[in-house]
Amino acid sequence: MAWYLATLHNNYPCNNWPNLTILLKYACDCAILKQNSCLVMNHDIHIKGARLAFKDLVLFDQLNFSIQANHTTCILGPSGVGKSSLLRMLAGLEAHSTTISVKNHLSLKQQIAYMGQNDALLPWLSVLNNTLFGYILRRNLTKAYRQQAIDLLQQVGLKEVIHAKPQQLSGGMRQRVALVRTVMENKPVILLDEPFAALDAISKIKLQTLLAQLLRHRTICLVTHDPLEALRLGHFIYVMRGRPAHFAEVIKPQGEPPRAIDDTQLLQLEAKLLQQLTEAQASLT
Amino acid sequence: MKIYFRGLILFLLLLLIWQGIVWLFHLPAYILPSPFNVAEVFYQQPHLLLHQSIPTLIATILGFSLGTFFGLFAAIIVCLYKPVRNWLLPLLIVSQALPTFAIAPLLVIWFGYGLASKIIICVLMVFFPITSATYDGLRATPKAWLDLATIMGGNKRRKLWHLQLPAALPHFASGIRVASVYAPMGAIIGEWVGASSGLGYLMLNANARLQIDVVFATLIIILVFALVLYFIVDKLMAYLIPWQKIGSV
Repeated sequence: MAWYLATLHNNYPCNNWPNLTILLKYACDCAILKQNSCLVMNHDIHIKGARLAFKDLVLFDQLNFSIQANHTTCILGPSGVGKSSLLRMLAGLEAHSTTISVKNHLSLKQQIAYMGQNDALLPWLSVLNNTLFGYILRRNLTKAYRQQAIDLLQQVGLKEVIHAKPQQLSGGMRQRVALVRTVMENKPVILLDEPFAALDAISKIKLQTLLAQLLRHRTICLVTHDPLEALRLGHFIYVMRGRPAHFAEVIKPQGEPPRAIDDTQLLQLEAKLLQQLTEAQASLT
Repeated sequence: MKIYFRGLILFLLLLLIWQGIVWLFHLPAYILPSPFNVAEVFYQQPHLLLHQSIPTLIATILGFSLGTFFGLFAAIIVCLYKPVRNWLLPLLIVSQALPTFAIAPLLVIWFGYGLASKIIICVLMVFFPITSATYDGLRATPKAWLDLATIMGGNKRRKLWHLQLPAALPHFASGIRVASVYAPMGAIIGEWVGASSGLGYLMLNANARLQIDVVFATLIIILVFALVLYFIVDKLMAYLIPWQKIGSV
């Protein structure tokens, strides 16, 4: 708590006596704190001098990259440039020797939830138990988590099928279940690897909106192939290019995600992004 | 229902061919008895057949259960501990390279004419298909599932219990199906080589006395054993693994 107060003093201008607004703000933040203790902590992630190579193929070397806390960072780029590998490296799934520092000095491993293109739903578990799989695995499932999962499933419109098996669901429904599972993990940092790549356009847009609503204020790193998806969801958009890879100039769309699809700035930025992507494609060959 | 009907048709067809051969070649009963001769054996000596079936049945069921247990156990150990894998796998393969018929007499010398040697032969035949199939299944767990579990903070054992074992069930099922056919065979081999009771023992004696009708009756009982065991195992597996669509046999 002392740490929390210290950040308060840094963040908000105040005199020796705390004024009413600060107290109010503190009360609000405490409410969030209660709900999700990790949200208030600063977990900016910094990667310095990252190197990843498979035998002779150097995907990236001396790559510097930061993910700002409580914002969505999108990574685009041509296939094979190493986007997913970077994400897997962050998730601790790829052996590497890079130092990844998190501002709150906690191990990144304990602060992440991951969702991939493959929904990874287990065919022998019901929809409900799939969303609770992390708790089943760690053997710390409580009634409260169960209720939370049921509420979330209701929120995403899957109330009717909580006892169904995943193979009875459509692709969009399965991805919604996977999303709820990711949210249920209750982690501050969310790594998403092309989560909606296999979906049709309409389901995709619906799920993007859902994602932005369910994971608001979390630290998200989203790898995607879809420029529009990045523009709808991202605060910071990077295009990864070249071999060894580096990042092009950051694009920052205005406004809060999820942005409307008819937002005119998105169309302009999409053109810019597509151009960057074309160049990135050319840089690989 | 269709499967039972087809089974019945097949059975009647085989009987017909059998009877046809007997008629066509005028074979005497000590070369090839007709289905009627065999049915007569069932009618006249039901006690003998039943009496000799029981030891075989016990050996089959015990051998099959123990073999399944050991097979599953070996697969888990081999999957969990890498050093054990490197030492145990060659040993398992060697145990299969040895012809069962050749080592069966040895086992009889070591473990006697009773139940023990039959069960051991049965276990030897049963466990390997199960170990091999289950181990393959454990290794074939989709990487995306394992990655997810790793990130969720599952350790090796919990991943095995909650993820790899259920994921390996379809593989285990195909292993255990093969094993269910091998199990009665193992018991019979044990009885052929040396036993004081059982269907194999009865068969050997009947054969020596040219009571071919008894030999055939025994063979039919063994066939029924194998079929029933397979059927039970198959239904059980289909019940346990509803997510895998298995075409009916």
